[in-house]
Amino acid sequence: MEHYTMNLNLKVWKQKNAASKGKFETFEVKDISSEMSFLEMFDVLNERLINEGKEPVAFDHDCREGICGMCSMYINGRPHGPWHGTTTCQLHMRAFKDGDTIVVEPWRANAFPVIKDLMVDRTAFDRIIQAGGYISVNTGNAVDGNAIPIEKEHADKSFAAAACIGCGACVAACKNSSAMLFVSAKVSHLALLPQGDPERKTRVLNMVTQMDKEGFGACTNTGACEAVCPKEISIANIARLNGEYTMAALSADNSHD
Amino acid sequence: MNGINGKEDDCNNDGDIKIFFSIQLIMPLESKNPSGPLDQKWTNYKGHCKLVNPANKRKLEIIVVGTGLAGASAAASLGELGYKVKSFCFQDSPRRAHSIAAQGGINAAKNYQNDGDSVYRLFYDTIKGGDYRSRESNVYRLAEVSANIIDQCVAQGVPFAREYGGLLSNRSFGGVQVQRTFYAAGQTGQQLLIGAYQALERQIALGTVEMFSRHEMLDVVVIDGKARGIITRNLITGELERHFGHAVLLCSGGYGNVFYLSTNAMGSNVTAAWKAHKRGALFGNPCYTQIHPTCIPVTGDHQSKLTLMSESLRNDGRIWVPKKQNDTRKGNEIPEDERDYYLERRYPAFGNLVPRDVASRAAKERCDAGYGVGTSKQAVFLDFSDAINRYGKIECSKLGNHNPTAEEIRHHGTEVIKEKYGNLFDMYEKITGENPYNVPMRIYPAVHYTMGGLWVDYELMTNVPGLYALGECNFSDHGANRLGASALMQGLADGYFVIPYTLGNYLADEIRTKEIPTTHPAFEGAEKGVAERISKLMNIKGNETVESFHKRLGKIMWDKCGMARNANGLKEAIAEIQKLRAEFWKNVRIPGDIKEMNPELDKANRVADFLELGELICMDALQREESCGGHFREEYQTPEGEAMRNDDRFMYVSAWEYQNGSGWELHKEELKYEEVKPVQRSYK
Repeated sequence: MEHYTMNLNLKVWKQKNAASKGKFETFEVKDISSEMSFLEMFDVLNERLINEGKEPVAFDHDCREGICGMCSMYINGRPHGPWHGTTTCQLHMRAFKDGDTIVVEPWRANAFPVIKDLMVDRTAFDRIIQAGGYISVNTGNAVDGNAIPIEKEHADKSFAAAACIGCGACVAACKNSSAMLFVSAKVSHLALLPQGDPERKTRVLNMVTQMDKEGFGACTNTGACEAVCPKEISIANIARLNGEYTMAALSADNSHD
Repeated sequence: MNGINGKEDDCNNDGDIKIFFSIQLIMPLESKNPSGPLDQKWTNYKGHCKLVNPANKRKLEIIVVGTGLAGASAAASLGELGYKVKSFCFQDSPRRAHSIAAQGGINAAKNYQNDGDSVYRLFYDTIKGGDYRSRESNVYRLAEVSANIIDQCVAQGVPFAREYGGLLSNRSFGGVQVQRTFYAAGQTGQQLLIGAYQALERQIALGTVEMFSRHEMLDVVVIDGKARGIITRNLITGELERHFGHAVLLCSGGYGNVFYLSTNAMGSNVTAAWKAHKRGALFGNPCYTQIHPTCIPVTGDHQSKLTLMSESLRNDGRIWVPKKQNDTRKGNEIPEDERDYYLERRYPAFGNLVPRDVASRAAKERCDAGYGVGTSKQAVFLDFSDAINRYGKIECSKLGNHNPTAEEIRHHGTEVIKEKYGNLFDMYEKITGENPYNVPMRIYPAVHYTMGGLWVDYELMTNVPGLYALGECNFSDHGANRLGASALMQGLADGYFVIPYTLGNYLADEIRTKEIPTTHPAFEGAEKGVAERISKLMNIKGNETVESFHKRLGKIMWDKCGMARNANGLKEAIAEIQKLRAEFWKNVRIPGDIKEMNPELDKANRVADFLELGELICMDALQREESCGGHFREEYQTPEGEAMRNDDRFMYVSAWEYQNGSGWELHKEELKYEEVKPVQRSYK
């Protein structure tokens, strides 16, 4: 792999805090190696800004290996940038060339208010999980792990849905700011396993109710969420959620005795 | 007298030494190892420990710092029991904790494979893997509860890999001759953490746990000798907060980031553990750091972290270097007979699956001798071509193709490898731009895990009553070297199955303790100390960034206290770190304000603590005049270059006591082996 260096023009969203109004600021960065990760390019920028006595750009990041779900940059109009199935922290600078202008914004959604610059508040996702994204089993209650065989196909599909990292790219990409891909991934993960069966109906109803309460929009099946998901969570999960929801709603006991 | 908390806590970290009065710990180092036969200890303990009735549990408050596998599982389990729990993490959500990044798997003595596994074997492998520097009773308990962990996780909906018959699948890991590792592709940590996170969120919904995300713990409050609370900083507003608890559990992970470059997350830090240490908790075996053999090599000065390639890859990958020094040919252009599969050559019994410390040192040895590959020459090959060929032939045979072409074999073999390790191969390609299906991976050892940590007894309590340490944060189970797939096991063992019992044994005597108001002078004093330190940091207004100081510290640590250490280097390192620390407190530059979201200030708080810890690690490494596990002293090796222990002099846990402003005092916990007979570890 040939390496090269580049000079870039960055247009970055700066916003002091949730209450203040933000705006784009332009920065030039020089001698960026194609071997750097996108966040390492930001490290270079921030080091320079601090040395110049300026405020660095605040952004969320932690594991830098694409699994914690903390990084969240909207790069050139696309959550996590141009590479398919990749988080911001795994995006490398060889995706860009010398002289490029790169526009970087935070996730944009009412349910994800900006905290500072590129950092947003995603606690709405935690509250959706609190509404039912679990199996109610206390520690110590479990039977032997092999007591209930699970069809490999179901286990694999459940795993594929459970691979969601909760980053919120799906919401950021959606024109309606819908959280359906996130919610459906959790509903699918648990609905596909026999252990998740007892709470199957209440789970989907309660999680969807909470999703609406948090201010996420409706799903219109555009598919932008799937296209940008760094873990390539399938939109088929949304279809499964809709099926689960319909079945649960139809069979819900509405008598108030 | 308010015990330890009576002192004005500050340190020599600014070179401006302020000692108000130093208090010696009067507590002896008591491991509380239960009596009786090894396999009965935990059963007997559980049968006789004190209990707290449900009505009293509702009145007892517990603080849990950290939400990784240990913290999330502890907070959830204690919430289920009815305690009032407060849970803290510095990330935006408890689901981000760095346990999430664990790849390969979790061990458990299930013997589902019928290959001779048992609780005893898991215990024995762990003791031996740790180079006979861990406590038998703790390790046995770990092996005992390992099977319950798998059951619990399955019940929570953790989607482990399964066979076609619907049963759980296993794979091999290093240092072991049975298949006992459970996994979920290369994302086992993620799936286990999401399981614990969901259990935690359920308790939050039920109101038994109150969650504080984006909060960092900056001090422990000790009243009358007992841990009674913490001081935290709300990272969004910058406000300091006081929290009371009848007990405080630290589950804040390891300190690998003292080396700057490591496989840890950017935010992983020692701060919570270090504050506890400065309040009197002993720090155990700080020099035992694990260098993981298979990581993607460093590419340049811009590097901010290193990425692990799971140990599970050594199931199918073969490690080699060219037989010729300074060979610049590409990996796949070097013919078979010009390759040195040095692990298979040196360790025929375990081959590529030797433990991590052994594999790392062997890679360093080859690179130092001039056989390294890649532009930096600091890398070895991890090659899957044999595995692709082997699996390809099996697949073709399954399809009835008994005369397959090389291309057909390659195609089918690649598919098998893809299913097993696809996500890791993708990750490698994203970072390096090379396709590891076609060319061998280049790998090199990197700092990964720290076996050392806060000293704890059998009940996971530090020497400060009411202050506990769980998971990687404590020193307890892995001795001088941790075996692969055992960190997840320990984190969950501590949180799900140990602390719910041992904590009750302490809290049973605390039911008469009323909630202490946070207006108590100890809370006030602790908060004042934190505020003063923060304002001191902000007012230095120097010329060098926090990142730059961190990098310089990391370089000292890696060069002089990394994979190989010697007395001279360690002495130099100690002097250099002291100098660097003084410089930090005179010349660090932190932008922004205190009362706002300020990531540079957060980082400065952490790096200031690393600058103290680094010195202690080097001191510990200097006093331990032997080689064991991850601690390799060049002066103490066998003629074949293997680690040479000195059981006569060093069969103990080093537990360091912080002396306010004047270094550390060493306490020793002697290790008594009743069951296992320590021998020189051999994987040949």
